[in-house]
Amino acid sequence: MSNQREQADAFLAQMDQFANMMKQSIGVPVLLDQKTGVALWWDQREIKLRFVISVEKIRKFFEALSEGKLLATKCKKSGKILFPPQVDCPDDPEDEVEWVELPKEGELVTWTVIYVKPYSFGHYNDYTVGIAKLTNGVQILAWVRETDPSKLKVGQKVKIEIVKREPEGYLTYEIVPVQE
Amino acid sequence: MGRRVAIVGTGHSKFGVRNDVNIAELAYEAISKAISSAGIEKKEIDLVVTGYVGGWSSEGLAPVVVMEYAGLTGKPGYRIEAACATGSAAIKAAHDAIASGEADIALVVGVEKMNESPTPTVVEFIGRAGNYFWEFENFGLTFPGYYALYATAYMSKYGATEEDLCRVAVKNHYYASMNPKAQFPRAITLEQCMKSRYIAWPLKLFDCSPITDGAAAVVLASEEVAQKLTDSPVWIESIGVSVGTSNLSKRDQFTSLNAATLAAKMAYKKAGIDPENPAKYLDVAEVHDCFTIAEILAYEDLGFAKRGEGYKLIRDEQTYIGGLIPVNLSGGLKAKGHPLAATGVSMAVELTNQLLGKVEKGRQADIKNGRALAHNIGGTGHYAYVTIYSLSKPRA
Repeated sequence: MSNQREQADAFLAQMDQFANMMKQSIGVPVLLDQKTGVALWWDQREIKLRFVISVEKIRKFFEALSEGKLLATKCKKSGKILFPPQVDCPDDPEDEVEWVELPKEGELVTWTVIYVKPYSFGHYNDYTVGIAKLTNGVQILAWVRETDPSKLKVGQKVKIEIVKREPEGYLTYEIVPVQE
Repeated sequence: MGRRVAIVGTGHSKFGVRNDVNIAELAYEAISKAISSAGIEKKEIDLVVTGYVGGWSSEGLAPVVVMEYAGLTGKPGYRIEAACATGSAAIKAAHDAIASGEADIALVVGVEKMNESPTPTVVEFIGRAGNYFWEFENFGLTFPGYYALYATAYMSKYGATEEDLCRVAVKNHYYASMNPKAQFPRAITLEQCMKSRYIAWPLKLFDCSPITDGAAAVVLASEEVAQKLTDSPVWIESIGVSVGTSNLSKRDQFTSLNAATLAAKMAYKKAGIDPENPAKYLDVAEVHDCFTIAEILAYEDLGFAKRGEGYKLIRDEQTYIGGLIPVNLSGGLKAKGHPLAATGVSMAVELTNQLLGKVEKGRQADIKNGRALAHNIGGTGHYAYVTIYSLSKPRA
């Protein structure tokens, strides 16, 4: 069976095909809706949406992934740990941050298995997203390496692993259930 | 505080897959009815506030497109966006303009045309309605997924079941069956809901609101103008607003929405409603049931039920007519449909008609206190708006 992205692409290709037929017969890409028969213009403009996002101030976080480390920032005065890392302390403009390594053990706070996926995730198999609370109290949201709902429990022990996300082939982090 | 503000006109399109109309035609269905029911001329409108989220639809500047189509150019106007709470935010913006004396009559429109994009694209756009970089880019959360994280935690902590979630869907479809404006005007059974496929565990298809095209509009007026226009104004008694964290990982628990709790507290305080027993002061509520779990959280965040007991309210049918407080007699987002920016305005239209005793037989609440509540959430508690509508003139 094809994945959800292939199904979505096949749908768009079919719309294109219908529109091309209509262009040939009546000169314009106007389709008739298959359910209601109303006239629909098939957009002839298409864009690719892809952003460039600054990570300059938090580049240490990404550099550390290749060393197998998960970093956060810590406000020096208040001791508050910030994850996702940010370089400004929200509670005190005078406070400064330093980088600290996060522990890799914790427990599962909540989770869900995603069956119906966004277009840009349509090429993956079903995946589980969860939130883990690490031993220092910091929470982290990531994929969970288990997609059978009956095998997951709120409060169960988990660890964090740095993993390579395929097929894109980049480093990210994952929540991994620990057998108790 | 400022001047008192009332709803003096309402309009509401049919919700659903509305590919028989473009965005301006759709908005105009609601606008024309709102203006005619207010008994005003377009030239009397001082301000047009348009709620629109967009992304999935072609017109980037939809408010301007709509204003041109409706013959409203030349007037002050702007777009408001607060995710799924956009409609309530637009009402607040117009309310504040009138309260401050900047305007006497304002038109509020909420419009969305979500079916201009294929479903996977819409799922993508709504999935980005949280923290894009840390929670979507790598982990592909979807909107059902965000609320499913709450459902998992809630069920685990309090023992609510998937059946309890489905009971919300059954109620809301039941009332939608009497609402001709609803996307799904038909009843469903508990079994149908339980047998529907999983979208984001533990949420199933029938736990989820649909992708909807729709528009709603209200005309707001200052006290002086409202009393000239109508002998049955519906007053905006109070509005509470709060913004939550963008990252879900930064929240301290997943069994209630902090922003909604705070917004309710603010709205109750301004309206003089006892937060320990708000149902006593209200006749009916429209709450943000984008997913069935969201309605159960709303019962608790609004104080209709104690923490951990919201699911018992639906189990005991206390949110049907005749119960503690009837909720979502329109069918809710779940069955009436959820065109994001139109939803909060649709709640205002519904509650105005409820308070005036003007909705269809079978889904009309008994109006004794003359007060109704709208609970409109943007994102997963990223924004929360609680608005109290009243038949009696609010305290100054």
